[in-house]
Amino acid sequence: MRYPWFRLGVFVVIAVWPVWWVYQAWIFALGPDPGKVLLLRFGLGALVMLLIALSMTPLQRLTGWSGWLVVRRQLGLWCFAYAALHLAAYLFFVLGLDLSQLGVELRKRPYIIVGAIAWVLLLALAVTSNRASQRKLGKKWRILHKAAYPALGLALLHFLWIVRADWAEWAIYAGIGMMLMLMRVPPVAQLMKRKSNKQANLKRSA
Amino acid sequence: MLIKVPPASACHESDVTPQSTYFSRRAVMAGGAALAASAALPAWAASTYDGVDPGNVPEWLKAKLGDTHWQAVNVAGEAITPFKDATHYNNFYEFGTDKGDPAQNAGSLKTDPWSVMVDGEVGKPGKYALEDFVKPHQLEERIYRMRCVEAWSMVIPWLGIPLASILKQVEPTSKARYVRFETLQDPTSMPGQRSSFSYIEWPYQEGLRLDEAMHPLTILAVGMYGRELPNQNGAPLRLVVPWKYGFKGIKSIVRISLVAEQPKTTWQGIAPTEYGFFANVNPHVDHPRWTQARERRLPGTLFAPNVRETQMFNGYADEVASLYTGMDLKVNY
Repeated sequence: MRYPWFRLGVFVVIAVWPVWWVYQAWIFALGPDPGKVLLLRFGLGALVMLLIALSMTPLQRLTGWSGWLVVRRQLGLWCFAYAALHLAAYLFFVLGLDLSQLGVELRKRPYIIVGAIAWVLLLALAVTSNRASQRKLGKKWRILHKAAYPALGLALLHFLWIVRADWAEWAIYAGIGMMLMLMRVPPVAQLMKRKSNKQANLKRSA
Repeated sequence: MLIKVPPASACHESDVTPQSTYFSRRAVMAGGAALAASAALPAWAASTYDGVDPGNVPEWLKAKLGDTHWQAVNVAGEAITPFKDATHYNNFYEFGTDKGDPAQNAGSLKTDPWSVMVDGEVGKPGKYALEDFVKPHQLEERIYRMRCVEAWSMVIPWLGIPLASILKQVEPTSKARYVRFETLQDPTSMPGQRSSFSYIEWPYQEGLRLDEAMHPLTILAVGMYGRELPNQNGAPLRLVVPWKYGFKGIKSIVRISLVAEQPKTTWQGIAPTEYGFFANVNPHVDHPRWTQARERRLPGTLFAPNVRETQMFNGYADEVASLYTGMDLKVNY
């Protein structure tokens, strides 16, 4: 296994947050509505994880360091883990575990529908993230895992639709997401690659 | 005029405090009185509400507290929200959109001196100093449920005056059919008004139909928990309409206009399909983005989210349902 300490470091840094937040809720440090706070933090955490996961490829192209790609799968799985916590918090704190109400919400509320679709996409990616699925799906695996892009779009829409009065924070995440997508447009991606190759060549010749 | 306080929110026989509790209260009172002497809170409030920051009660309010009609309206069988929660979980977008922002940022608001402009269809228009506005009336403590449109709720002991008394004082003309309210606009002390990403057009405005404004449950509050209003709760003067969603309770009021036409309200302007003019608490009419059938009574905990059924008109149906006879509340939400 390459870069074991880097992987472990990433794991620990990401794993502490949900544990810390639940502990805060436990000791009444999250105010009078801890469920709502947890719900929002898990949701935002999932979005941030997705953005970080999607920035690994551009980072590798820019820097030429292969360590970025080593943690990409882990980051994707963390994104799903946060999303799963987000869903659990929604079911418990908002619906009070009334699953019949979930059916109603899934039919009536666009932002819930959009969020649910994004969640299912992330589930599909998490389930097929192992090597066996990669082998079995062959070429289709790469196409399937491009579903991370629509998942990002849906997650941002889900976020925009809960904004009530001030969209400044949303604009920051949407801006970063757009930048990451732009870096994947073939000509831009080529340019980034060439630049980093040039730097690598320079280093080698020096 | 004697304003009969409605029966549904009055205490029943079963709510009478047991004698043992009553006598133990005397011990609390003794301790509370000593505390109150130093903290400048009235003895009654100091012994009743725990953890209340005594604030800095202005002289004119101090003079009125002794004569206050305590517990003029109460809610039966429901616990009052802790002071800390009622003052650190607020929507007051002038000071930021996070629930903790108002408590953090509202210190910059200068509430003394304060004056209120009264204009429009009134016999006595003018700019009134807050203390003169309030002076002729007895303060009442009104313990009300507060249901936010975001599906959380609290129980808060307000100190205020029926809006009807104040409106009568300025003599509405026969053309007056609605009341329009306006919050202070002051970007230097209100950071939220400086945000360029906001959908909100400042100043914040709200409105009531005249009969809603004259209803005995509707009050203008100047205090809560036996003291003056903390800035983040809408100091020094705010509206409280307990059967409507919290956003109708406009804060830090600087202008009250009596008008002939239904006034525009801030939230209606942002999202007319989500926030109506009436905004009565109604479990049968959903907010387009979430259900209004249930609410989270705060404080909740990690293991007990405290989800409960929302009541029609927030539990004040007996008193106010007649205001809306013949109206389709699904259309007039």
